[in-house]
Amino acid sequence: MIHLGIKSLMLHKLRSFLTMLGIIFGVCSVIAMLAIGEGASHEAQEAIKKLGPNNVIVRSIKPAGDPSSGGARRSFVADYGITRLDAERIKASIPGLSRLLPMRLIRDEVRFGTIKFPCQVVATLPYYTDITGTRIVHGRFLTPTDDFYRQNVCVLTAALASSLFPYQNPLDEHVKVGDGYYKVVGLVEERGTEDKRPQSGMTSGQPLDSNIYIPLGTAASRWGDTTVKRGAGSFEAEKVELHQVTLQFKDTDAVEAAVAPLNSLLSRFHKDKDYEFIVPIELLRQAERTKRIFNFVLGSIAAISLLVGGIGIMNIMLATVTERTREIGIRRALGAKKKDIVTQFLVETLVLSIGGGLIGVAFGVGVPFLVERFSDMKTIVTFWSVAIAFGISAAVGIVFGLYPARRAANLDPIDALRHT
Amino acid sequence: MSGKAIVRIKGITKIYDLGEVKVKALAGVDLEIQPGSYVAIMGASGSGKSTMLNILGCLDRPTQGQYFLGGLDVAHMPDDELSNARGKQIGFVFQSYNLIEQLTVIENIHIPLFYQGKSLEDHYDHCLKLAHLVGLGDRIEHRPKQLSGGQQQRVAIARSLANEPLMILADEPTGNLDSHTGQEILDLFDRLNAKGTTIIMVTHGEETASRAQRVIRMHDGKIASDTINPGRSSIAAN
Repeated sequence: MIHLGIKSLMLHKLRSFLTMLGIIFGVCSVIAMLAIGEGASHEAQEAIKKLGPNNVIVRSIKPAGDPSSGGARRSFVADYGITRLDAERIKASIPGLSRLLPMRLIRDEVRFGTIKFPCQVVATLPYYTDITGTRIVHGRFLTPTDDFYRQNVCVLTAALASSLFPYQNPLDEHVKVGDGYYKVVGLVEERGTEDKRPQSGMTSGQPLDSNIYIPLGTAASRWGDTTVKRGAGSFEAEKVELHQVTLQFKDTDAVEAAVAPLNSLLSRFHKDKDYEFIVPIELLRQAERTKRIFNFVLGSIAAISLLVGGIGIMNIMLATVTERTREIGIRRALGAKKKDIVTQFLVETLVLSIGGGLIGVAFGVGVPFLVERFSDMKTIVTFWSVAIAFGISAAVGIVFGLYPARRAANLDPIDALRHT
Repeated sequence: MSGKAIVRIKGITKIYDLGEVKVKALAGVDLEIQPGSYVAIMGASGSGKSTMLNILGCLDRPTQGQYFLGGLDVAHMPDDELSNARGKQIGFVFQSYNLIEQLTVIENIHIPLFYQGKSLEDHYDHCLKLAHLVGLGDRIEHRPKQLSGGQQQRVAIARSLANEPLMILADEPTGNLDSHTGQEILDLFDRLNAKGTTIIMVTHGEETASRAQRVIRMHDGKIASDTINPGRSSIAAN
């Protein structure tokens, strides 16, 4: 039967091919679009996952000062952000909290000999590596002893170390940051080269590969809480006790339960909103919602193109039925039942749509492969997108083939035979 | 002359309802056809000859009356069974050959078997034998377009024999052929009839009709005359 269908279609090779083209493009676009969409959202989700679904990040932000007082305040020190007291309050009152990681972030320069690089000083506690998933590549990370005795030690990111020490082993060398010298005790590698979490007022991520980690205690004794930036004709000082606090919870349920109490706790002690929450699990959910909408839109566009392809098939099959009325008459006279005629035309339509579907799948898998090869976009061809696209193309064949086939079968054999 | 007639028609009428007017194409026809006979049906346009052929070929159902085809009451059969009866009991030969162009000669011969659920693989020898019978044993892989009119009609005849039907129903089989080729086709019919095949042929031509044993002339939806052809009666007696 399939053999017979192919034979009839081969009678008009070009026409059959053009008819299939609609389905080929439809299926191909479904798979390719979903693969690209999936790849894009996968990257975003990976970045969010790195923040840890069990974590809540509380970050200090400079409150939007009202412009009228801006001038008067200029010479004063901007005092804002989360305080150590806040951290103690959170520790004492938020349920389900397993660990709290305070951090100070200071933009400065690091020097070794004559080599100088801009860097970010991260003053934190020894379990930083556990919570952020930072990998130690050489030496060790900070220890409680370092923190307790406020020792002048530091850990560099591997990228920064290779820039600072092109020719020698950085371990046990001393680098200068600010006014002090720090002994390099280890090298680490961050999980990403960029911090992709959304930041207010910044379009690109914050680089993570030029960090210097020092004990929190050391930072307190070296810098105090006030940092001063002097530029040509400008003077900026700010007093921030903690730039960021990462709260690690036991599980995601605890995270969700903690968000509201955290908010009310902090808002009680902060008149201006000089802090923000980043809840990775919520971001992840939001990303998933966005993805779902995205997929729905892509899916609709693709479904429409498949529909158009299906209409093309129906159009051709109706023309074919008219053209082959006589053949239908002959077959009916020679003993074909209505059912046989329906089957014959349905098989032809299915050969067109499934054949088109198969070619479309091949292209649909091939296109994302090429996209990934020739651009830096990531693509993921999911099994279900292939299954859905192929399934729809087969369904289109049945739906749009049935009407022409029934019309063919319902022709009166006498009239059909007389048809010229 | 009765008992095992393959076609037994009693009081058949066929009325076409065209809305305002009703056209009576057949007005009470009785007919019996014995196995092995060679019958020509003649008549002018509008005499009911085509309607007669359609009903005989189970392509149409009579408005009234009875039609037994080889013992089967086909007058009021449902569509599927009627298709089956056509496929099994009747071999059609048409004026314009009506081969299916995308199929080869042997595949065309196989079509009636196909609709009886018999595969070409299993019945290849049978189909090949039929192709040889009509003298086209060396053309089985050709397509209809590669054959002459006479050859195409031979394929059609081979096809009509595929299911070993009760009778061959030929509608102006020589109408599209030149007289020489027409004679060849009629010779083929003679040979088949001599071997016992029942043939019913609708024709305009007196000369063509003269090949048959029995000539039925129709007029105004009725049988006007039903005569035994004197020149052929000797063969009929066989």
